[in-house]
Amino acid sequence: MNIGEKREMICINCPIGCLLTAEMTGEGIKVSGNTCPRGEKYAIAEITHPTRTLTTTVKVANRDDTYLPVKTAEPISKEKLFEAMETLNSVEVNAPVKIGDVVFSRVCGEADVVATGNVD
Amino acid sequence: MRTCDIAVIGGGPAGMAAAVAAHDAGIKDILIIERDEGLGGILRQCIHNGFGLHRFGEELTGPEYADRYKKMVIEREIPYVVKTMVLDITKSDGGDHIVTAMNSESGVFHINAKAVVLAMGCRERSRGQLNIPGDRPAGVYSAGTAQRFMNINGEMPGKNVVILGSGDIGLIMARRMTLEGANVKMVCELMPYSGGLNRNIVQCLHDFNIPLKLSHTVSKIHGKERVEGVTVSEVDEHLRVIPEKSEYVECDTLLLSCGLLPENELTKSAGIPLDRITGGAVVNQNRRTEDKGVYSCGNVLHVHDLVDYVSEEAELAGRSAAEYVLAGKKEPECIKTVNVHNAGAVRYTVPQVVDIYKEPKDIKIYFRVGAVLNNATITVKCGEKTLLSKKKRKVAPGEMEFVLLTEKMLGEVDSDIIVSAEN
Ligand code: SF4
Repeated sequence: MNIGEKREMICINCPIGCLLTAEMTGEGIKVSGNTCPRGEKYAIAEITHPTRTLTTTVKVANRDDTYLPVKTAEPISKEKLFEAMETLNSVEVNAPVKIGDVVFSRVCGEADVVATGNVD
Repeated sequence: MRTCDIAVIGGGPAGMAAAVAAHDAGIKDILIIERDEGLGGILRQCIHNGFGLHRFGEELTGPEYADRYKKMVIEREIPYVVKTMVLDITKSDGGDHIVTAMNSESGVFHINAKAVVLAMGCRERSRGQLNIPGDRPAGVYSAGTAQRFMNINGEMPGKNVVILGSGDIGLIMARRMTLEGANVKMVCELMPYSGGLNRNIVQCLHDFNIPLKLSHTVSKIHGKERVEGVTVSEVDEHLRVIPEKSEYVECDTLLLSCGLLPENELTKSAGIPLDRITGGAVVNQNRRTEDKGVYSCGNVLHVHDLVDYVSEEAELAGRSAAEYVLAGKKEPECIKTVNVHNAGAVRYTVPQVVDIYKEPKDIKIYFRVGAVLNNATITVKCGEKTLLSKKKRKVAPGEMEFVLLTEKMLGEVDSDIIVSAEN
Protein backbone atom coordinates (compact mmCIF):
# COMPACT_ATOMS: atom_id res chain seq x y z
CA MET A 1 0.00 0.00 0.00
CA ASN A 2 1.13 3.53 -0.73
CA ILE A 3 1.14 6.30 1.82
CA GLY A 4 -2.34 7.76 2.15
CA GLU A 5 -3.97 4.65 0.75
CA LYS A 6 -6.90 3.24 2.72
CA ARG A 7 -8.37 -0.21 2.84
CA GLU A 8 -11.60 -1.34 4.47
CA MET A 9 -11.99 -4.86 5.76
CA ILE A 10 -14.05 -6.92 8.12
CA CYS A 11 -12.27 -8.37 11.10
CA ILE A 12 -12.76 -12.13 11.17
CA ASN A 13 -11.29 -12.68 14.60
CA CYS A 14 -14.61 -12.89 16.32
CA PRO A 15 -18.24 -12.98 15.27
CA ILE A 16 -18.78 -9.28 15.97
CA GLY A 17 -17.09 -8.65 12.62
CA CYS A 18 -15.96 -5.03 13.13
CA LEU A 19 -15.58 -2.97 9.98
CA LEU A 20 -11.93 -1.89 10.02
CA THR A 21 -10.17 0.82 8.09
CA ALA A 22 -6.44 0.49 7.60
CA GLU A 23 -4.56 3.54 6.42
CA MET A 24 -0.95 3.61 5.34
CA THR A 25 0.77 6.57 6.94
CA GLY A 26 4.37 7.74 7.14
CA GLU A 27 4.66 5.98 10.51
CA GLY A 28 3.16 2.70 9.33
CA ILE A 29 -0.32 1.21 9.15
CA LYS A 30 -3.00 2.95 11.21
CA VAL A 31 -6.12 0.96 12.03
CA SER A 32 -9.51 2.31 13.07
CA GLY A 33 -12.94 0.79 13.61
CA ASN A 34 -11.68 -2.04 15.79
CA THR A 35 -13.37 -2.68 19.11
CA CYS A 36 -10.44 -4.56 20.57
CA PRO A 37 -6.68 -4.83 19.99
CA ARG A 38 -7.05 -8.06 18.04
CA GLY A 39 -8.68 -6.08 15.26
CA GLU A 40 -5.61 -3.91 14.86
CA LYS A 41 -3.33 -6.92 14.72
CA TYR A 42 -5.60 -8.55 12.19
CA ALA A 43 -5.71 -5.54 9.86
CA ILE A 44 -1.93 -5.22 9.86
CA ALA A 45 -1.52 -8.95 9.21
CA GLU A 46 -4.06 -8.84 6.37
CA ILE A 47 -1.94 -6.25 4.64
CA THR A 48 1.48 -7.64 5.41
CA HIS A 49 1.01 -11.41 5.75
CA PRO A 50 -2.54 -12.83 5.85
CA THR A 51 -2.92 -16.12 7.72
CA ARG A 52 -5.75 -18.56 8.40
CA THR A 53 -6.27 -21.53 10.65
CA LEU A 54 -6.94 -24.60 8.54
CA THR A 55 -9.44 -27.22 9.71
CA THR A 56 -10.04 -30.51 7.94
CA THR A 57 -10.18 -34.25 8.62
CA VAL A 58 -7.70 -37.10 8.28
CA LYS A 59 -8.43 -40.80 7.94
CA VAL A 60 -8.12 -43.09 10.95
CA ALA A 61 -6.30 -46.11 9.51
CA ASN A 62 -7.21 -48.67 12.15
CA ARG A 63 -10.93 -47.85 12.46
CA ASP A 64 -13.48 -48.49 9.72
CA ASP A 65 -14.86 -45.37 8.02
CA THR A 66 -13.64 -43.07 10.73
CA TYR A 67 -12.29 -39.60 10.21
CA LEU A 68 -10.55 -37.44 12.75
CA PRO A 69 -11.12 -33.67 12.78
CA VAL A 70 -7.85 -31.71 12.88
CA LYS A 71 -6.61 -28.12 12.75
CA THR A 72 -3.37 -26.27 12.37
CA ALA A 73 -2.23 -25.36 15.88
CA GLU A 74 -1.49 -21.86 14.62
CA PRO A 75 -2.72 -19.97 11.58
CA ILE A 76 -0.69 -20.63 8.43
CA SER A 77 -0.08 -18.41 5.39
CA LYS A 78 -3.29 -17.98 3.46
CA GLU A 79 -1.67 -18.88 0.17
CA LYS A 80 -0.49 -22.23 1.59
CA LEU A 81 -3.99 -23.51 2.45
CA PHE A 82 -4.31 -25.69 -0.66
CA GLU A 83 -0.79 -27.06 -0.35
CA ALA A 84 -1.53 -27.99 3.26
CA MET A 85 -4.77 -29.69 2.22
CA GLU A 86 -2.91 -31.75 -0.34
CA THR A 87 -0.42 -32.92 2.25
CA LEU A 88 -3.09 -33.73 4.80
CA ASN A 89 -5.25 -35.65 2.34
CA SER A 90 -2.67 -38.43 2.34
CA VAL A 91 -2.08 -38.44 6.10
CA GLU A 92 -3.55 -41.29 8.12
CA VAL A 93 -3.45 -41.69 11.88
CA ASN A 94 -3.94 -44.59 14.24
CA ALA A 95 -6.43 -44.59 17.09
CA PRO A 96 -6.49 -44.07 19.98
CA VAL A 97 -5.96 -40.39 19.48
CA LYS A 98 -7.14 -37.52 21.62
CA ILE A 99 -7.66 -33.79 21.35
CA GLY A 100 -4.37 -31.93 21.12
CA ASP A 101 -2.29 -34.87 19.83
CA VAL A 102 0.03 -33.81 17.03
CA VAL A 103 -0.92 -35.81 13.92
CA PHE A 104 1.47 -34.09 11.52
CA SER A 105 4.36 -31.85 12.36
CA ARG A 106 4.94 -28.55 10.67
CA VAL A 107 2.67 -28.71 7.66
CA CYS A 108 4.17 -26.53 4.86
CA GLY A 109 6.94 -25.88 7.35
CA GLU A 110 4.65 -23.58 9.31
CA ALA A 111 2.53 -25.18 12.01
CA ASP A 112 1.75 -28.51 13.64
CA VAL A 113 -1.54 -30.18 12.84
CA VAL A 114 -3.38 -31.36 15.95
CA ALA A 115 -6.41 -33.53 16.60
CA THR A 116 -9.60 -31.68 17.55
CA GLY A 117 -11.56 -34.81 18.33
CA ASN A 118 -11.09 -38.05 20.26
CA VAL A 119 -11.13 -41.55 18.76
CA ASP A 120 -10.86 -44.34 21.35
CA MET B 1 -41.55 -45.31 37.50
CA ARG B 2 -38.10 -43.89 37.24
CA THR B 3 -37.87 -40.40 38.76
CA CYS B 4 -35.46 -37.48 38.58
CA ASP B 5 -35.36 -33.87 39.64
CA ILE B 6 -34.53 -32.47 36.22
CA ALA B 7 -34.82 -34.18 32.85
CA VAL B 8 -32.83 -32.51 30.08
CA ILE B 9 -34.03 -33.36 26.58
CA GLY B 10 -31.07 -33.18 24.22
CA GLY B 11 -27.34 -33.68 24.82
CA GLY B 12 -25.97 -30.99 22.52
CA PRO B 13 -24.33 -27.79 23.72
CA ALA B 14 -27.56 -26.49 25.24
CA GLY B 15 -28.47 -29.67 27.08
CA MET B 16 -24.97 -30.19 28.47
CA ALA B 17 -24.64 -26.59 29.65
CA ALA B 18 -28.09 -26.66 31.25
CA ALA B 19 -27.29 -29.89 33.09
CA VAL B 20 -23.92 -28.60 34.30
CA ALA B 21 -25.47 -25.36 35.57
CA ALA B 22 -28.32 -27.19 37.30
CA HIS B 23 -25.79 -29.47 38.96
CA ASP B 24 -23.68 -26.55 40.12
CA ALA B 25 -26.80 -24.88 41.52
CA GLY B 26 -27.31 -27.87 43.81
CA ILE B 27 -29.39 -30.46 41.93
CA LYS B 28 -27.66 -33.81 41.54
CA ASP B 29 -30.51 -35.95 40.30
CA ILE B 30 -30.43 -35.06 36.61
CA LEU B 31 -30.89 -37.13 33.47
CA ILE B 32 -29.77 -36.01 30.01
CA ILE B 33 -31.58 -37.80 27.21
CA GLU B 34 -29.83 -37.77 23.81
CA ARG B 35 -31.07 -39.18 20.51
CA ASP B 36 -27.68 -39.53 18.79
CA GLU B 37 -24.81 -41.91 19.61
CA GLY B 38 -23.00 -39.53 21.91
CA LEU B 39 -23.14 -36.14 23.56
CA GLY B 40 -22.23 -33.08 21.51
CA GLY B 41 -25.10 -32.56 19.09
CA ILE B 42 -24.42 -30.78 15.84
CA LEU B 43 -21.00 -29.57 17.05
CA ARG B 44 -19.63 -33.02 16.30
CA GLN B 45 -19.73 -32.24 12.58
CA CYS B 46 -18.77 -28.55 12.83
CA ILE B 47 -15.04 -29.12 12.49
CA HIS B 48 -14.32 -25.45 11.65
CA ASN B 49 -13.11 -23.06 14.29
CA GLY B 50 -14.62 -19.92 15.75
CA PHE B 51 -16.39 -21.43 18.74
CA GLY B 52 -15.74 -20.49 22.33
CA LEU B 53 -14.24 -17.00 22.10
CA HIS B 54 -16.80 -15.62 24.54
CA ARG B 55 -17.08 -18.71 26.72
CA PHE B 56 -13.48 -19.84 27.00
CA GLY B 57 -11.56 -16.86 25.65
CA GLU B 58 -9.99 -18.97 22.92
CA GLU B 59 -10.92 -20.11 19.49
CA LEU B 60 -12.03 -23.74 19.38
CA THR B 61 -13.45 -26.04 16.75
CA GLY B 62 -16.92 -27.53 17.23
CA PRO B 63 -15.73 -30.94 18.49
CA GLU B 64 -13.34 -29.25 20.93
CA TYR B 65 -16.08 -26.99 22.27
CA ALA B 66 -18.40 -29.98 22.73
CA ASP B 67 -15.63 -31.89 24.47
CA ARG B 68 -15.18 -29.14 27.05
CA TYR B 69 -18.80 -29.50 28.08
CA LYS B 70 -18.77 -33.27 27.86
CA LYS B 71 -15.85 -33.27 30.31
CA MET B 72 -17.83 -31.08 32.70
CA VAL B 73 -20.77 -33.51 32.48
CA ILE B 74 -18.51 -36.49 33.15
CA GLU B 75 -16.57 -34.80 35.98
CA ARG B 76 -19.86 -34.11 37.76
CA GLU B 77 -21.05 -37.65 37.07
CA ILE B 78 -24.28 -36.34 35.59
CA PRO B 79 -26.20 -39.34 34.26
CA TYR B 80 -27.03 -39.43 30.57
CA VAL B 81 -28.55 -41.88 28.13
CA VAL B 82 -27.83 -41.88 24.40
CA LYS B 83 -29.63 -43.40 21.39
CA THR B 84 -32.82 -42.58 23.21
CA MET B 85 -35.78 -40.79 21.68
CA VAL B 86 -38.19 -38.77 23.75
CA LEU B 87 -41.70 -39.39 22.47
CA ASP B 88 -43.85 -37.31 24.71
CA ILE B 89 -43.98 -34.95 27.68
CA THR B 90 -47.15 -34.80 29.74
CA LYS B 91 -48.18 -33.33 33.07
CA SER B 92 -48.56 -35.59 36.07
CA ASP B 93 -51.25 -35.16 38.69
CA GLY B 94 -48.72 -33.93 41.22
CA GLY B 95 -47.61 -31.01 39.01
CA ASP B 96 -44.52 -32.85 37.76
CA HIS B 97 -43.93 -33.92 34.20
CA ILE B 98 -43.76 -37.37 32.76
CA VAL B 99 -41.25 -37.86 29.98
CA THR B 100 -41.92 -40.87 27.78
CA ALA B 101 -38.85 -42.12 25.96
CA MET B 102 -37.72 -45.13 24.00
CA ASN B 103 -34.52 -46.98 23.24
CA SER B 104 -33.53 -50.41 22.04
CA GLU B 105 -32.43 -51.54 25.51
CA SER B 106 -35.47 -50.61 27.60
CA GLY B 107 -38.19 -50.20 24.99
CA VAL B 108 -40.66 -47.51 25.99
CA PHE B 109 -40.18 -46.12 29.49
CA HIS B 110 -41.39 -43.21 31.60
CA ILE B 111 -39.53 -40.76 33.81
CA ASN B 112 -41.22 -38.55 36.37
CA ALA B 113 -39.35 -35.23 36.47
CA LYS B 114 -39.91 -32.25 38.74
CA ALA B 115 -38.59 -29.97 36.02
CA VAL B 116 -37.83 -30.44 32.34
CA VAL B 117 -35.31 -28.53 30.21
CA LEU B 118 -36.04 -28.60 26.49
CA ALA B 119 -32.77 -28.51 24.52
CA MET B 120 -33.57 -30.34 21.29
CA GLY B 121 -31.84 -27.88 18.97
CA CYS B 122 -32.91 -27.09 15.44
CA ARG B 123 -32.92 -28.57 11.98
CA GLU B 124 -32.50 -27.17 8.51
CA ARG B 125 -35.32 -26.00 6.33
CA SER B 126 -35.77 -28.75 3.74
CA ARG B 127 -36.32 -28.48 0.01
CA GLY B 128 -40.02 -29.21 0.43
CA GLN B 129 -40.33 -26.06 2.47
CA LEU B 130 -38.51 -24.10 -0.23
CA ASN B 131 -40.58 -25.04 -3.23
CA ILE B 132 -38.12 -25.10 -6.14
CA PRO B 133 -39.71 -26.49 -9.28
CA GLY B 134 -38.06 -29.22 -11.30
CA ASP B 135 -37.34 -32.93 -11.00
CA ARG B 136 -36.04 -34.54 -7.86
CA PRO B 137 -32.63 -35.72 -9.03
CA ALA B 138 -29.86 -36.83 -6.68
CA GLY B 139 -27.35 -34.18 -5.74
CA VAL B 140 -29.60 -31.81 -3.80
CA TYR B 141 -28.58 -31.70 -0.15
CA SER B 142 -29.04 -29.47 2.80
CA ALA B 143 -25.74 -27.86 3.74
CA GLY B 144 -25.79 -29.69 7.07
CA THR B 145 -26.24 -33.06 5.41
CA ALA B 146 -23.31 -32.32 3.11
CA GLN B 147 -21.33 -31.30 6.18
CA ARG B 148 -22.05 -34.64 7.83
CA PHE B 149 -21.10 -36.56 4.66
CA MET B 150 -17.76 -34.81 4.47
CA ASN B 151 -16.73 -34.41 8.06
CA ILE B 152 -18.07 -37.59 9.63
CA ASN B 153 -18.21 -40.05 6.70
CA GLY B 154 -15.35 -38.62 4.64
CA GLU B 155 -17.39 -38.50 1.44
CA MET B 156 -17.49 -35.68 -1.11
CA PRO B 157 -21.07 -34.80 -2.06
CA GLY B 158 -20.08 -33.48 -5.51
CA LYS B 159 -17.59 -31.60 -7.70
CA ASN B 160 -19.41 -28.60 -9.18
CA VAL B 161 -21.50 -26.88 -6.64
CA VAL B 162 -24.10 -24.13 -6.39
CA ILE B 163 -25.23 -23.09 -2.95
CA LEU B 164 -28.64 -21.57 -2.38
CA GLY B 165 -28.88 -19.51 0.78
CA SER B 166 -26.12 -17.67 2.57
CA GLY B 167 -26.70 -19.12 6.01
CA ASP B 168 -23.55 -19.81 7.98
CA ILE B 169 -23.53 -23.55 7.31
CA GLY B 170 -23.71 -22.88 3.56
CA LEU B 171 -20.81 -20.42 3.76
CA ILE B 172 -18.73 -22.82 5.84
CA MET B 173 -19.46 -25.60 3.34
CA ALA B 174 -18.46 -23.36 0.41
CA ARG B 175 -14.99 -23.11 1.94
CA ARG B 176 -14.83 -26.72 3.04
CA MET B 177 -15.73 -28.09 -0.40
CA THR B 178 -13.40 -25.65 -2.16
CA LEU B 179 -10.51 -26.76 0.01
CA GLU B 180 -11.33 -30.37 -0.79
CA GLY B 181 -11.09 -29.61 -4.50
CA ALA B 182 -14.68 -28.86 -5.51
CA ASN B 183 -15.59 -25.94 -7.74
CA VAL B 184 -18.08 -23.86 -5.80
CA LYS B 185 -19.54 -21.65 -8.50
CA MET B 186 -21.64 -19.27 -6.47
CA VAL B 187 -23.76 -18.69 -3.43
CA CYS B 188 -27.21 -17.30 -4.22
CA GLU B 189 -29.15 -15.39 -1.62
CA LEU B 190 -32.80 -14.50 -2.15
CA MET B 191 -32.64 -11.50 0.15
CA PRO B 192 -30.65 -8.34 -0.59
CA TYR B 193 -28.42 -9.15 2.41
CA SER B 194 -26.64 -12.23 3.64
CA GLY B 195 -28.08 -14.45 6.32
CA GLY B 196 -24.66 -15.40 7.62
CA LEU B 197 -22.04 -13.72 9.74
CA ASN B 198 -19.79 -11.17 8.07
CA ARG B 199 -16.69 -13.03 9.14
CA ASN B 200 -17.89 -16.10 7.28
CA ILE B 201 -18.50 -14.13 4.11
CA VAL B 202 -14.92 -12.90 4.30
CA GLN B 203 -13.12 -16.08 5.23
CA CYS B 204 -15.31 -18.54 3.32
CA LEU B 205 -16.25 -16.62 0.15
CA HIS B 206 -13.91 -13.64 -0.38
CA ASP B 207 -10.84 -15.71 0.48
CA PHE B 208 -11.65 -18.08 -2.38
CA ASN B 209 -13.24 -15.61 -4.81
CA ILE B 210 -16.62 -17.31 -4.60
CA PRO B 211 -19.30 -14.87 -5.77
CA LEU B 212 -22.18 -14.07 -3.44
CA LYS B 213 -25.19 -13.20 -5.57
CA LEU B 214 -27.63 -11.23 -3.46
CA SER B 215 -31.27 -11.00 -4.60
CA HIS B 216 -30.80 -14.22 -6.60
CA THR B 217 -32.46 -17.58 -6.29
CA VAL B 218 -32.49 -20.98 -7.94
CA SER B 219 -35.68 -21.02 -10.02
CA LYS B 220 -35.29 -24.49 -11.52
CA ILE B 221 -33.30 -27.66 -11.00
CA HIS B 222 -32.31 -29.54 -14.16
CA GLY B 223 -31.39 -33.22 -14.51
CA LYS B 224 -33.19 -36.54 -14.24
CA GLU B 225 -31.03 -38.97 -12.26
CA ARG B 226 -28.47 -36.51 -11.01
CA VAL B 227 -28.43 -32.70 -10.96
CA GLU B 228 -27.01 -31.38 -14.26
CA GLY B 229 -27.55 -27.72 -13.68
CA VAL B 230 -29.75 -25.06 -12.17
CA THR B 231 -31.41 -21.91 -13.41
CA VAL B 232 -30.26 -18.96 -11.33
CA SER B 233 -32.53 -15.92 -11.48
CA GLU B 234 -32.47 -12.45 -10.11
CA VAL B 235 -35.50 -11.46 -8.03
CA ASP B 236 -37.27 -8.11 -7.79
CA GLU B 237 -38.00 -6.22 -4.59
CA HIS B 238 -41.03 -8.44 -3.98
CA LEU B 239 -38.71 -11.45 -4.23
CA ARG B 240 -40.34 -12.54 -7.51
CA VAL B 241 -38.16 -14.17 -10.16
CA ILE B 242 -37.30 -11.91 -13.11
CA PRO B 243 -37.38 -14.41 -16.03
CA GLU B 244 -35.29 -12.17 -18.34
CA LYS B 245 -32.55 -12.10 -15.75
CA SER B 246 -31.95 -15.83 -15.55
CA GLU B 247 -28.97 -17.94 -16.46
CA TYR B 248 -28.25 -21.64 -16.67
CA VAL B 249 -25.43 -22.80 -14.42
CA GLU B 250 -23.98 -26.26 -14.86
CA CYS B 251 -23.45 -28.15 -11.62
CA ASP B 252 -23.80 -31.62 -10.15
CA THR B 253 -24.65 -30.53 -6.65
CA LEU B 254 -27.01 -28.01 -5.12
CA LEU B 255 -26.62 -27.26 -1.44
CA LEU B 256 -29.44 -25.59 0.42
CA SER B 257 -28.64 -23.35 3.32
CA CYS B 258 -31.85 -21.48 3.81
CA GLY B 259 -32.17 -21.19 7.50
CA LEU B 260 -32.79 -23.28 10.55
CA LEU B 261 -35.99 -24.14 12.33
CA PRO B 262 -36.25 -24.96 16.03
CA GLU B 263 -37.32 -28.55 16.50
CA ASN B 264 -40.41 -28.18 18.65
CA GLU B 265 -42.67 -31.14 17.89
CA LEU B 266 -42.37 -32.25 21.53
CA THR B 267 -43.07 -28.77 22.82
CA LYS B 268 -46.12 -28.46 20.60
CA SER B 269 -47.55 -31.82 21.56
CA ALA B 270 -47.07 -30.89 25.22
CA GLY B 271 -49.41 -27.96 24.55
CA ILE B 272 -46.77 -25.31 25.27
CA PRO B 273 -47.41 -22.03 23.40
CA LEU B 274 -44.89 -21.13 20.69
CA ASP B 275 -43.79 -17.77 19.29
CA ARG B 276 -44.88 -17.46 15.65
CA ILE B 277 -41.65 -15.76 14.60
CA THR B 278 -38.96 -17.69 16.50
CA GLY B 279 -40.73 -21.04 16.15
CA GLY B 280 -39.68 -21.68 19.76
CA ALA B 281 -41.59 -21.54 23.02
CA VAL B 282 -42.73 -18.29 24.57
CA VAL B 283 -40.54 -17.84 27.66
CA ASN B 284 -39.85 -15.45 30.50
CA GLN B 285 -36.40 -14.18 31.39
CA ASN B 286 -35.52 -17.46 33.13
CA ARG B 287 -36.38 -19.34 29.93
CA ARG B 288 -39.42 -20.84 31.62
CA THR B 289 -42.14 -21.70 29.15
CA GLU B 290 -45.82 -21.01 29.83
CA ASP B 291 -45.91 -24.49 31.36
CA LYS B 292 -44.61 -24.24 34.94
CA GLY B 293 -41.56 -26.45 35.47
CA VAL B 294 -40.65 -26.62 31.78
CA TYR B 295 -37.70 -24.57 30.52
CA SER B 296 -36.38 -24.13 27.01
CA CYS B 297 -32.96 -23.02 25.79
CA GLY B 298 -30.56 -23.00 22.87
CA ASN B 299 -31.60 -23.40 19.26
CA VAL B 300 -34.88 -25.07 20.15
CA LEU B 301 -35.90 -21.74 21.65
CA HIS B 302 -34.57 -19.47 18.93
CA VAL B 303 -31.78 -19.94 16.42
CA HIS B 304 -28.53 -18.49 17.78
CA ASP B 305 -25.57 -17.49 15.64
CA LEU B 306 -23.08 -18.42 18.31
CA VAL B 307 -22.81 -21.54 20.38
CA ASP B 308 -21.34 -19.38 23.13
CA TYR B 309 -24.72 -17.70 23.47
CA VAL B 310 -26.42 -21.08 23.44
CA SER B 311 -24.33 -22.15 26.41
CA GLU B 312 -25.01 -18.93 28.25
CA GLU B 313 -28.75 -19.23 27.74
CA ALA B 314 -28.74 -22.91 28.66
CA GLU B 315 -26.91 -22.16 31.91
CA LEU B 316 -29.61 -19.67 32.77
CA ALA B 317 -32.34 -22.22 32.02
CA GLY B 318 -30.57 -24.98 33.94
CA ARG B 319 -29.95 -22.75 36.96
CA SER B 320 -33.55 -21.54 36.93
CA ALA B 321 -34.87 -25.11 36.78
CA ALA B 322 -32.62 -26.02 39.71
CA GLU B 323 -33.78 -23.07 41.78
CA TYR B 324 -37.37 -24.00 41.06
CA VAL B 325 -36.84 -27.56 42.25
CA LEU B 326 -34.81 -26.48 45.31
CA ALA B 327 -37.55 -24.04 46.32
CA GLY B 328 -40.03 -26.91 46.42
CA LYS B 329 -41.30 -26.30 42.90
CA LYS B 330 -41.82 -22.59 43.43
CA GLU B 331 -40.85 -19.63 41.31
CA PRO B 332 -39.41 -16.42 42.73
CA GLU B 333 -42.04 -14.07 44.15
CA CYS B 334 -43.44 -12.05 41.28
CA ILE B 335 -45.04 -8.60 41.50
CA LYS B 336 -46.25 -8.37 37.94
CA THR B 337 -45.83 -9.90 34.52
CA VAL B 338 -45.35 -7.76 31.41
CA ASN B 339 -45.00 -8.64 27.74
CA VAL B 340 -42.11 -7.57 25.52
CA HIS B 341 -43.19 -6.13 22.16
CA ASN B 342 -41.22 -5.45 18.97
CA ALA B 343 -41.16 -2.16 17.10
CA GLY B 344 -39.29 -0.75 14.10
CA ALA B 345 -36.99 -3.29 12.53
CA VAL B 346 -37.07 -5.67 15.52
CA ARG B 347 -38.61 -8.99 14.45
CA TYR B 348 -38.65 -10.84 17.72
CA THR B 349 -37.36 -10.78 21.25
CA VAL B 350 -36.41 -13.49 23.71
CA PRO B 351 -37.76 -13.42 26.34
CA GLN B 352 -41.23 -12.48 25.19
CA VAL B 353 -42.43 -12.15 28.78
CA VAL B 354 -40.78 -10.52 31.79
CA ASP B 355 -41.77 -11.35 35.33
CA ILE B 356 -40.94 -8.48 37.62
CA TYR B 357 -39.71 -10.22 40.74
CA LYS B 358 -39.69 -8.77 44.21
CA GLU B 359 -35.92 -8.99 44.00
CA PRO B 360 -35.20 -8.30 40.35
CA LYS B 361 -31.98 -9.30 38.63
CA ASP B 362 -30.46 -7.86 35.43
CA ILE B 363 -32.07 -9.23 32.28
CA LYS B 364 -30.67 -9.52 28.78
CA ILE B 365 -33.29 -9.21 26.08
CA TYR B 366 -32.07 -10.76 22.84
CA PHE B 367 -33.50 -9.68 19.52
CA ARG B 368 -33.07 -9.90 15.79
CA VAL B 369 -33.89 -7.29 13.17
CA GLY B 370 -35.58 -7.91 9.83
CA ALA B 371 -33.44 -5.56 7.72
CA VAL B 372 -29.93 -4.13 7.68
CA LEU B 373 -29.75 -0.79 9.51
CA ASN B 374 -26.76 1.52 9.55
CA ASN B 375 -26.33 3.82 12.54
CA ALA B 376 -29.30 2.26 14.24
CA THR B 377 -30.85 3.61 17.41
CA ILE B 378 -31.96 0.88 19.74
CA THR B 379 -34.44 1.88 22.40
CA VAL B 380 -36.31 0.13 25.16
CA LYS B 381 -39.46 1.84 26.33
CA CYS B 382 -42.07 1.21 28.96
CA GLY B 383 -45.12 3.37 28.25
CA GLU B 384 -43.74 6.89 27.77
CA LYS B 385 -40.57 6.15 29.71
CA THR B 386 -37.38 5.41 27.83
CA LEU B 387 -35.47 2.83 29.82
CA LEU B 388 -32.52 2.66 27.48
CA SER B 389 -31.32 4.10 24.21
CA LYS B 390 -28.12 3.22 22.41
CA LYS B 391 -26.51 3.64 19.01
CA LYS B 392 -25.12 0.82 16.96
CA ARG B 393 -23.04 1.28 13.82
CA LYS B 394 -24.75 -1.61 12.10
CA VAL B 395 -27.42 -4.16 12.88
CA ALA B 396 -28.22 -7.00 10.49
CA PRO B 397 -30.64 -9.95 10.38
CA GLY B 398 -27.74 -12.38 10.53
CA GLU B 399 -26.54 -11.12 13.88
CA MET B 400 -28.32 -11.48 17.19
CA GLU B 401 -28.30 -8.38 19.37
CA PHE B 402 -29.20 -7.80 22.98
CA VAL B 403 -30.06 -5.03 25.41
CA LEU B 404 -29.34 -5.24 29.10
CA LEU B 405 -32.12 -4.20 31.47
CA THR B 406 -30.62 -3.52 34.86
CA GLU B 407 -32.26 -4.13 38.21
CA LYS B 408 -32.81 -0.40 38.46
CA MET B 409 -34.58 -0.15 35.10
CA LEU B 410 -36.76 -3.13 35.99
CA GLY B 411 -37.80 -1.27 39.12
CA GLU B 412 -39.37 1.35 36.85
CA VAL B 413 -41.31 -1.11 34.71
CA ASP B 414 -45.05 -0.81 35.27
CA SER B 415 -46.40 -1.87 31.88
CA ASP B 416 -45.37 -3.71 28.72
CA ILE B 417 -41.84 -3.23 27.38
CA ILE B 418 -41.20 -2.20 23.77
CA VAL B 419 -37.87 -2.91 22.07
CA SER B 420 -37.23 -1.04 18.85
CA ALA B 421 -34.44 -0.50 16.34
CA GLU B 422 -34.68 2.42 13.94
CA ASN B 423 -32.49 4.24 11.48
S1 SF4 C 1 -11.85 -5.96 16.38
FE1 SF4 C 1 -12.05 -7.26 18.17
S2 SF4 C 1 -14.24 -7.15 18.63
FE2 SF4 C 1 -14.02 -6.41 16.52
S3 SF4 C 1 -14.34 -8.25 15.25
FE3 SF4 C 1 -12.13 -8.05 15.61
S4 SF4 C 1 -11.77 -9.35 17.38
FE4 SF4 C 1 -13.97 -8.95 17.33
